[in-house]
Amino acid sequence: MFQYKTGQMKMFLKQWQIQSMVIPGIIWMVIFCYLPMFWLIIAFMDYSIAKPMLESPFVGLKHFQDFITDDRFWRSIRNTLGMSTIKLVLGFPIPILFALMLNEIRSIKFKRTVQTISYLPHFIAWTIFGGIMLNWLGEGGVINQLGMALGLQQSEILFNSDPKYFWWITFFSDTLKETGWSAIIYIAAVSGIDPGLYEAAELDGANRWQRMWHITVQSIRPTIAILFILAVSGMLGSNFEQIFMLKNNMNMRMAESLDLYIYNMGLVSGRHSFSTAVLFARSIVALGLLFLANYTSKKLTGDSIF
Amino acid sequence: MKKRRRFRRIGVFDVGNTVLMLAVCFITLYPMWFVFVNSLNAPQHALLGTVNWFPKAISLDSYNVVFNNKSLMNGFYITTMRTVIGTAVHVLFTAIVAYGMSKSNLIGRKLYLKIALITMLFSGGLIPTFILMTKLGLYDNFLVFIIPAMYTFFNMVIFMSFYRTIPDSLEESAKVDGASDYGVLFKIVLPNSMAVLATISLFSAVYHWNDYYQGVLYIHTQDKLPLQTMLFKIIAENSMTFMQQQAMAQFGAKLPGNSIKFASMMVATLPILVFYPFIQRYLVKGVMIGAIKG
Repeated sequence: MFQYKTGQMKMFLKQWQIQSMVIPGIIWMVIFCYLPMFWLIIAFMDYSIAKPMLESPFVGLKHFQDFITDDRFWRSIRNTLGMSTIKLVLGFPIPILFALMLNEIRSIKFKRTVQTISYLPHFIAWTIFGGIMLNWLGEGGVINQLGMALGLQQSEILFNSDPKYFWWITFFSDTLKETGWSAIIYIAAVSGIDPGLYEAAELDGANRWQRMWHITVQSIRPTIAILFILAVSGMLGSNFEQIFMLKNNMNMRMAESLDLYIYNMGLVSGRHSFSTAVLFARSIVALGLLFLANYTSKKLTGDSIF
Repeated sequence: MKKRRRFRRIGVFDVGNTVLMLAVCFITLYPMWFVFVNSLNAPQHALLGTVNWFPKAISLDSYNVVFNNKSLMNGFYITTMRTVIGTAVHVLFTAIVAYGMSKSNLIGRKLYLKIALITMLFSGGLIPTFILMTKLGLYDNFLVFIIPAMYTFFNMVIFMSFYRTIPDSLEESAKVDGASDYGVLFKIVLPNSMAVLATISLFSAVYHWNDYYQGVLYIHTQDKLPLQTMLFKIIAENSMTFMQQQAMAQFGAKLPGNSIKFASMMVATLPILVFYPFIQRYLVKGVMIGAIKG
């Protein structure tokens, strides 16, 4: 046993060059990933940033009880789930449809051009894209003009200040910005399908829709399943940069997502321990969601992450 | 068979599909065109967000204000420094760690990989991270942009899977010639990894250039704010007093805020629009490496 260990030690010293590449990475992870996990303990304390952590008194589950009885917490849960559900039900299929339709384009040059253009908005900052949205949705903006020209609305609507539109604004702006980018992974999966399958199906008399459904969709099903599991497990999160940009005092009632609630309670109101308790609870539920979605997908389709 | 495929008739489906794709292109490009047109418009025409196809009267007044604004240009400088340094540090650090990790004879490899994998599943989250940064003295410090963004597990996996496509014989022959591990990495492996280096650089650079939230969280002093955080304050919080004062001094009270907003949006996006076509061709390749093997 001892002999074996010294052997390992010798090997370790012999490969000091490679070890010196990896160990700084491990040290970085311990500091920037593991230390924050350790700081989660303050969820069970009355922590004050001015004092050393261990001098703060333990209060057990006090903060957990506090947020469970907070109306604003449940409102933020409702908003998060509302926005995530719209995104999941209506938004999830859009990149798949886009990839399928793009695949049917025959001219390679045109296909590449469309693809390149469709990625572009992903690379534009939310400050810019959100700024455009705020401008379009405001008084005299593009959306109002379009709606009036098409006869959909009689007069100007201030979309930004009316809370009831907020969920839809986040959905449409996200779709506009990310559809092309989200489709990449499906396009990659589609390009890996054996062309022989299509020729065989054509000989068997399958028409275009049948080929699309029975070959393309079936072939990318594992990819769809994996992304769906990830989307479900991410339901309690929200696109913080987007919501933070589009929210304002008037639409806060529908805009405050769980992320934003944690931010507002923790950093704006300075209730560090309380916010950390919310964070802690959310991480646990999110982990549960991941396993649940994975299990369901395994049962239903046979595809899963683990 | 092949011949028939090539000359197949163009049906209703193809026409409809092409129109759909053109519509997608239009919807995607119009927002950028909108900003461009309004930034060039003479200020009095850019009062509201009306539909504009072309500038009504071209004027560079708004750009003049933006380029002469000291704090905006300082933000531009901070963002540029952050992007250049942050990207270089991230790519170099991640590439080196990934190279070590990709060696199967690495002692402790399983443990290292477990430590790394857990960071992807669990994290401390906003408040504990904020407290840690404060304790480390990174609050209101330029380094808060660089050090916490040095490494991501996902990019390391992309590097690792790319290294595996490089033939072992290349590395072995360099070893036989007496190269050290660092020698092999910098002289053989990295020069053969241009596609993945370009992709990760692009991702990292875009992150650093576009991020406004780190600035909101950690930067307090006006002189240290990156451009995007300033834009956030100007656009979302509508606080453009410092710019309006300057614009008033320069052009009288006539210059409305909107055209300045559009011009600064354009300035903040231009670098991406300029570099995008060059790196775009690496994109799909790099993403696929990450998507399929990661």
